[in-house]
Amino acid sequence: MTAVLSNPVFREPESMGGAIREIEFRDALREAMSEEMRRDKRVFLLGEEVAQYDGAYKVSKGMLAEFGERRIIDTPISESGFAGMAIGAASMGLRPIVEFMSWSFSLVAADPILNNAPKMLYMSGGQLGCPIVFRGNDGAGGQLGSTHSWAVEGLFSNVPGVKIVIPSCAADAKGLMKTAIRDDDPVFFLESERLLSIKGHVPEGEYLIPFGHAAIRRTGTHCTICAWGRPVSFCMEAAEILAKEGIDCEVVDLRTIRPLDLPTVVASVRKTSCAVVVDQSWSFASPGGELAAQIHRHCFDDLDNFVHRVHADDVPTPYSTKLEQEYLPNVRKICEAVRAATYRA
Amino acid sequence: MSSTSSSAPAASRRLPSIPPATLIKWLRDMHLIREFEVRCMQSYQEKKIGGFCHVYIGQEAIAVGCTQAVRHEDPIVTAYRDHGHALARGMTARACMAEMFGKIGGCAKAKGGSMHMFDKPNNLYGGHGIVGAQTPLGTGLAFATKYEDEVINGAKNKRVTLCFLGDGAVNQGAFYETMNLAGLFDIPVIFIVENNGYSMGTAIHRGTTMSHELTIKGRAHGLKEATMDGMDVIAVQQDMHELAEWCRENSRPAFVDMRCYRYKGHSMSDPRKYRTREEEERHESNDPIGKFERTLLDNGVVTDAVIKEIMASCREEVRDSIQFANESPEPPMSDLYTDVFVEPWGRYPGSSQPEFTGGATNVCAFRATNGKEGLV
Repeated sequence: MTAVLSNPVFREPESMGGAIREIEFRDALREAMSEEMRRDKRVFLLGEEVAQYDGAYKVSKGMLAEFGERRIIDTPISESGFAGMAIGAASMGLRPIVEFMSWSFSLVAADPILNNAPKMLYMSGGQLGCPIVFRGNDGAGGQLGSTHSWAVEGLFSNVPGVKIVIPSCAADAKGLMKTAIRDDDPVFFLESERLLSIKGHVPEGEYLIPFGHAAIRRTGTHCTICAWGRPVSFCMEAAEILAKEGIDCEVVDLRTIRPLDLPTVVASVRKTSCAVVVDQSWSFASPGGELAAQIHRHCFDDLDNFVHRVHADDVPTPYSTKLEQEYLPNVRKICEAVRAATYRA
Repeated sequence: MSSTSSSAPAASRRLPSIPPATLIKWLRDMHLIREFEVRCMQSYQEKKIGGFCHVYIGQEAIAVGCTQAVRHEDPIVTAYRDHGHALARGMTARACMAEMFGKIGGCAKAKGGSMHMFDKPNNLYGGHGIVGAQTPLGTGLAFATKYEDEVINGAKNKRVTLCFLGDGAVNQGAFYETMNLAGLFDIPVIFIVENNGYSMGTAIHRGTTMSHELTIKGRAHGLKEATMDGMDVIAVQQDMHELAEWCRENSRPAFVDMRCYRYKGHSMSDPRKYRTREEEERHESNDPIGKFERTLLDNGVVTDAVIKEIMASCREEVRDSIQFANESPEPPMSDLYTDVFVEPWGRYPGSSQPEFTGGATNVCAFRATNGKEGLV
């Protein structure tokens, strides 16, 4: 990380001067990929429907026209084949971006993405790296049923050798994607279909956000709420509701869960003496469970209560809107957890 | 391509015009692999080698013939029965043996083992332990060389990738996806199916449809097909050279049914009860090394004395590799934590880590990263 951090392009989006535009999350992703592809010919994008169809979710819209079919590559529906092929290409020194239309479909490519990409460097004794980005929609998209609603961070964060990025807003999506593409290690970049159309302030000009640097989205003194990805917005909403009840929450957006910015979390919890972890994956053996364990360990003497956790319910994702909303780590559940953690229940 | 089967008579053959020194190198490479594998088996029995160990005895003509049919810059990738490919590609016997002994002198610093031989300077991209997993990777290597040559450098494709697999891998889904991609994207990769008739203990006809005409699997995806006699190093080298040059020139993939026989068991714990001794003897009488020696003797390329000299020098080289592997130190404990990331962010300070297990100093331990310490 030292070498990466010495790179002067690392900036927080807020610190950028100049004009501020409001663009969609998907546009921010596309800007990041296009800028990096202009900068480095080794970078190319492949996946299902990324080229002629303009991307199933229009993230790669227009990229075929700019970069041509040799660099924006439509693949057949064969994740195991094209993910493995991209890993082979990365081990030769290319820098592929692999789009999974949904991370749920990455499960059929589990062997290459878990057994090859994160282990290539280690098993070859440092001879072969794997500079690759896998990206796509993660988590419940809205009434897609259980097979299409995976939050894969629960499964994949268990594996050493991967970096896992879960942005919550457009500005972060751009800055983190550029870092992911320039990173020399495999990066799993987890987007959310529900965030793609959300507009956000994205500065003009080049900036990269380093991995392992959390953002404090809201400062507060009573309780630290830790989250990443889509649930961050639920936490912000919950914090507004709780503020009216006199509970002042600090919301920490981790941005990446591998690496996990523990120092920022610990500093916040030492201030508030109270922590709630919000994670859209299932609770058992989850990143949220890991973060809670770390907070217990490092803030053992600071905590006024045990760390409360909000997860997706421990059931397959239901289809019904009503049931799905209840299943997710929603605003109500977050409010309840904070009230319980601060003894205001 | 020739379609000679393994039932071909073991008679000597006429030599194509190949320099004698080249032929002698092939013979020596084959002898080196066999001697190496015999001593591997011994070392395994002596518990110097751990884990799984799969020897290449009987298939030496393939690794030697194929690597000698292409250029050194052409990448190769293979499965777990990989010692022969590593040696044929130029890895030293020392680095290969030390890897298996779990010593720091190994090709991957004892992080890979018998099934995972990596040698980037010799363009060997593994050694892969999961059956068929190397097929998309090999296609990716070829994709990358083509992309470098054509998209980045704006020139013509110059390289061809050899991707070895066993006949058992033919039934993996990833392989079908890969053949489809290779056919679709004009990828210059050659899938060399080392068809030794058995996936572990399952005879090919018990697990594979159309096993009498395996190349039909490649044909289904538009790959160029070839059947070759993997027990004849001259046939392998000549046929593979012709095929590889075609794939290089046309930037197209190919599928080779490379007929051969695995003399020993699948691994070191295989009593071979699924086949008869008679069957084994029939194939042993068609030994690729013995046959090649007879051809060279009959054509006056070598004498008995020269062969003896070659065998002695191979014995010495392998003996030396064992001595090297024995004397090479175990990896330092700190190596446990290196090569996980090119850009590491620091040691994991969780409960499963060395401060609780008494481990050595971690080279990427807690360190200041932009004013922050201890990223998890």
